[in-house]
Amino acid sequence: MVPMLEQTEVVTAGLVPDPMLPLPYRIQRVKQETADTFTLEILPEDSSQRFSFAPGQFNMLYVFGVGEVPISISSDPGNVPLLKHTTRVVGTVTKAMRQLKRGEVMGIRGPFGSHWPVEEATGRDVVIVAGGIGLAPLRPALYRLMAERDKFRRIVLLYGTRTPEDMLYRHELERWRGKFDLEIQVTVDRAASNWRGNVGVVTTMIGRAPFDPSNTLAMLCGPEIMMRFTVMELLKRGVAAERVYLSAERNMKCGIGFCGHCQYGPTFVCKDGPVFALPSIAAILGKSEI
Amino acid sequence: MIVPTLLAKTAEPSHVGDSFVVEREHLEQLLQALVSRGYEVVGPTLRDGAIVYDHLTSTADLPSGWTDEQSGGTYRLKRRQDQALFGYAVGPHSWKKFLCPPLQRLWQAARNGKGLRILPEEERAAPKYAFFGVRACELNAIAIQDKVFLEGQFVDPGYKARREDLSVVAVNCGRAGGTCFCASMNAGPKAASGFDLALTELLQDGRHYFLVELGSTRGAEILSRVPHQPANEADKQHAERILDHTTRHMGRQLETLGIKELLYRNYEHPRWDNVTQRCLTCANCTIVCPTCFCTTVEDVTDLTGEHAERWRRWDSCFTVDFSYIHGGSVRASPRSRYRQWMTHKLATWIDQFGVSGCVGCGRCITWCPVGIDITVEAGAIRASDSIKAPADQSEDSP
Ligand SMILES: Cc1cc2nc3c(=O)[nH]c(=O)nc-3n(C[C@H](O)[C@H](O)[C@H](O)COP(=O)(O)OP(=O)(O)OC[C@H]3O[C@@H](n4cnc5c(N)ncnc54)[C@H](O)[C@@H]3O)c2cc1C
Ligand code: SF4
Ligand code: SF4
Ligand code: FES
Repeated sequence: MVPMLEQTEVVTAGLVPDPMLPLPYRIQRVKQETADTFTLEILPEDSSQRFSFAPGQFNMLYVFGVGEVPISISSDPGNVPLLKHTTRVVGTVTKAMRQLKRGEVMGIRGPFGSHWPVEEATGRDVVIVAGGIGLAPLRPALYRLMAERDKFRRIVLLYGTRTPEDMLYRHELERWRGKFDLEIQVTVDRAASNWRGNVGVVTTMIGRAPFDPSNTLAMLCGPEIMMRFTVMELLKRGVAAERVYLSAERNMKCGIGFCGHCQYGPTFVCKDGPVFALPSIAAILGKSEI
Repeated sequence: MIVPTLLAKTAEPSHVGDSFVVEREHLEQLLQALVSRGYEVVGPTLRDGAIVYDHLTSTADLPSGWTDEQSGGTYRLKRRQDQALFGYAVGPHSWKKFLCPPLQRLWQAARNGKGLRILPEEERAAPKYAFFGVRACELNAIAIQDKVFLEGQFVDPGYKARREDLSVVAVNCGRAGGTCFCASMNAGPKAASGFDLALTELLQDGRHYFLVELGSTRGAEILSRVPHQPANEADKQHAERILDHTTRHMGRQLETLGIKELLYRNYEHPRWDNVTQRCLTCANCTIVCPTCFCTTVEDVTDLTGEHAERWRRWDSCFTVDFSYIHGGSVRASPRSRYRQWMTHKLATWIDQFGVSGCVGCGRCITWCPVGIDITVEAGAIRASDSIKAPADQSEDSP
């Protein structure tokens, strides 16, 4: 029997750190973002625990006894060790995660994977195209862009959601729009008659969006089909393929290259991705069932 | 008559690569030398009509005088004319079941109030294994799994512990099995590295003995406990002739020239539809394959809900769940799953790890219930390179 402890602690054995062992993090706040999406703010139990991450990386979140899922880090990389994860409730683990309350403890492994090339955007226009929950992994990039706004030229966010009510981070986006030079265009699949914004898919906004294709870096995250048509539109406008980045999604059981589940052609999404430069996956993007 | 001599401390120091001769009756001492050094010795033994890998207490547990007949979908044991100990090819088991166990607890967790305590497994409790009778293809397969679990950014501590403690007695194949093609994959039949000792079994004129090649200083220490003598040229040539013969009698062949590019440009080849007519997506091929490393995890709790465990078990890309993401599986069709498997083995593996994921052991051919043959499937695609499927469904239309 395992000794009972009120205290939270990690017992480390052996010499090699075990990358499959979650570390305990305590929930500081649960924020309902939309009808089916919530954000957990968490801090490591061990206050000496260091954590740094780059925008676009993800953690494996463990809900006691239920399971573990990959969720992007959606907070400000300049404000660690506080971490925020914005999650949409879709199945077993995400449902159980939604039940967690402030003060409860969950397990975290990470950060894993590749990141958005924020530095590479210096001196360029930046186009961010997000679909639905896809805005969550892009928010850390936005924090970085806003923190050093002068380093970049135009910054355009094209955001597609199902309905106006499904928009994430609304207040924050509006604050940024007011404070910094940030162009935001939102489109929805359907809306009540009082919606004065765009209706339709996000890809239709690319043709008219204000950026200079010859000097633009694009970051895309959303459903695969949306990203594929976005890529086509961006290339049509003349954006260089090597300056288009997208975040892929695959089933993940380990996050560290052991389980094989996240394979996408020759890549492992957990370690070669989730953020890919377009040329590295261009040959398989759009092929079905890869 | 050969008089065996114990290599005394004062004798010529032996070097890696040196060859010696050990008589059949002294092989027991070799196995016992491993036992006395605290190794759990595992190796080939007969069980349920097949040669499997299991615990060995003595060389009497080896399948003496047995061989096998293997072809697509069939495996049959047969008596040999002699009492050879290693006169068969590989069976349904591979060593991955010891290094990367089929079912493994990763950690336990306890909850009390709002606290959470994660307890790692005590890895040193794992046995110190000596593998007795590892074939060249299997040494290559172990080296390939090392790349997955030891040589990436992250290291699997359990695998590392078992791997570091491992002692390997290899066996060069004196006979190729009906589904073997290690020669095509440059993975055999001679053990090149990764062993402490490598045996070649020699039977000649009523004499039964082994040419023993030293692969490490640990191998030299083990050999020092066994009567042996330096090998002469005739012994070495005898062993070479046997290996030559094995190389020339592979049951199967696979052309590997440009195979990665071949498969990359044939994602839509009609052969994938053809094989789907036969494939049962039973996952046998991935389970028997010595390089397949895929696993899944399971979380369990006890009745009180205060104690949880996380287990890891072998998984296969042939299952529908393997690629599930919210809304459905990425590889829902059997066609795409067979394509994933074969393309991973022969092509994407090269991009991922710098080597092929196939060592030509032939297990997937033998243990496929309908006898699907990776060499035939790859050959069929090569023979009709870049033919497009009649209705190309690869691109979703805008
Ligand atoms: C790199 C990465 C980052 C992600 N970031 C976020 C994020 O920031 N916010 C968010 O809401 N979601 C994110 N997801 C998707 C999220 O991981 C899934 O929604 C979640 O795993 C669903 O688990 P479930 O048990 O609730 O669903 P179920 O449908 O019950 O899941 C069954 C199994 O399928 C797996 N699975 C199901 N859907 C997905 C999926 N879309 N991707 C990967 N595995 C899946 C689960 O892990 C589980 O093993 C991300 C996925 C990846 C790969
Ligand atoms: S793919 Fe088949 S022949 Fe190749 S290593 Fe695996 S089981 Fe052996
Ligand atoms: S062939 Fe399939 S089961 Fe084997 S390693 Fe590749 S993805 Fe995993
Ligand atoms: S998630 Fe396990 S290998 Fe990528």
